[in-house]
Amino acid sequence: MPSSHQHAAMNSTVAGDPHIAFSGVRMGFGDREVFRSLSCRFPREKVSVILGGSGSGKSTILRLIGGLVRPQAGSIHVAGEDITRLSERQMYRVRAKLGMMFQGGALLDSLTVFDNLAFPLREHSSLDEAAIVTEVHARLDAVGLTDVDQLLPGQLSGGMMKRVALARAIMMKPVILLCDEPFSGLDPISTKRIEALLVGINRQLGMTILLVSHDIGSTMRMADWVLLLLPDGAVEGSPAELQQSRDPRVAAFLREDVEDTDFSVEVPPLPAQVLSAAGPRGVS
Amino acid sequence: MTTFVHDLGWGAMRFIDELGKLAIFSARILRALITPPIRVRLFVDELFKLGVLSLVIICVCGLAVGMVLGLQGYNTLARFGATESLGAVVGLSLVRELGPVLTALLATGRAGSATTAEIGTMVATEQLDGLRMMSVDPVHLVVTPKALAMIAVMPILSALFIVFGLFGGYLVGVQLMGVDPGSYVSSLESAVEFTDDVLGSLLKALVFGVLVGLIATYRGYTSAPTSAGVSAATTSTVVVASVSVLISDYFFTALWGV
Repeated sequence: MPSSHQHAAMNSTVAGDPHIAFSGVRMGFGDREVFRSLSCRFPREKVSVILGGSGSGKSTILRLIGGLVRPQAGSIHVAGEDITRLSERQMYRVRAKLGMMFQGGALLDSLTVFDNLAFPLREHSSLDEAAIVTEVHARLDAVGLTDVDQLLPGQLSGGMMKRVALARAIMMKPVILLCDEPFSGLDPISTKRIEALLVGINRQLGMTILLVSHDIGSTMRMADWVLLLLPDGAVEGSPAELQQSRDPRVAAFLREDVEDTDFSVEVPPLPAQVLSAAGPRGVS
Repeated sequence: MTTFVHDLGWGAMRFIDELGKLAIFSARILRALITPPIRVRLFVDELFKLGVLSLVIICVCGLAVGMVLGLQGYNTLARFGATESLGAVVGLSLVRELGPVLTALLATGRAGSATTAEIGTMVATEQLDGLRMMSVDPVHLVVTPKALAMIAVMPILSALFIVFGLFGGYLVGVQLMGVDPGSYVSSLESAVEFTDDVLGSLLKALVFGVLVGLIATYRGYTSAPTSAGVSAATTSTVVVASVSVLISDYFFTALWGV
């Protein structure tokens, strides 16, 4: 559904020093408009979470920041630089400041875990092999993985894949870390582990973290700043501000996901045509 | 009628648009060729995947085609009492036409489709976007070694196809039908010119390698990021590359007589 994404920011001081800023960004794919005029900002050295329903454009924001897709109008500033009109080659300079953890990992499936992690170092540094081994093992230790060096991505579980992807994303010590759905498909224990890792990276390395999530619970635990994409606009602020918001759209979204403790399921009546088909097919 | 004209115009515009994109893609490959680092290891890996793994199918098909040519050629030449020219018939057919063309079609089916599927899968699983986010050009790392390897292996595979075809013709003509071995070899030697026929054949195979390599990598690189998209791109590679090879073969023969 087309959305105007009127900018509605809370009176917070958290985003006083934006590391990433969108201004009047319009974006669409074919006939489908994702944003009509999105303006938002993400504070430096904080954890920001983008919330919103399916198809609201959460992942598109990360891809716009990385320059993987280009906006149809408006401007995007990353670390003080307007990336809107940079060429692909000029974007390499900006991407050197970015690390991205893709939803599916995006690990090179022909390389082992070790080679996947060593890849950016081999491409962009002059480290010798011994130093590369040390760096790779330090990252694997940081994400709590051992003895996976020689495994191929296809041999990893979902949680391990996410952690390897996170280790690769922080391999070049980026100043901004983008995470696309880091908790999707994970059990609660793995979710908590990744959550702790991301917060640890933010607190200890001072990395600006921007993540896309459906998980309101983890968002409220981790986030310093939240951008909520709604069908008819976008709202941003600190988690506390959003929870106290009197905006009915915000309250409705958060109530649906957080405060809904009624686990009963209301079963709608089935159409008569369905009910008249007696028994499973093939059973007389 | 209006709809037909509209569809025709739209189809023509899409065709020209695709040609333009393919030209830009080719330019990116050319630029990657001269941009360091030179990825020798990846190129050698691709030579193995596209060349060595295609050896069996190329040799078996070459042998089979040569045997059929030997048999058909013998039966036709026997009507005119000219069976001693069997070597020339088999040799010229293989060297000038069947060798490069059938090799290109076989390579399209085996290696070209595999190349498209591999790159397309990397698109669908965001591996190429992952490379871009690591400031690595996917055209430089993934596409160029594959396209270059396809260009390099095509003349070699074509030469192998021809050699096995000549051997197949010899087996049937000499061993089975009783043609004099000296006649087979001498007619072959006298009919096939090195410069006009052999070098022309290798050049033709090289051009087919460029076509198949470009089409296979381009289709994979631009495939929709879904399993259906990868499947459609793979099918498209086989169809478009095969048709391109056959059409360009006609123009090659008509314009340069190769």
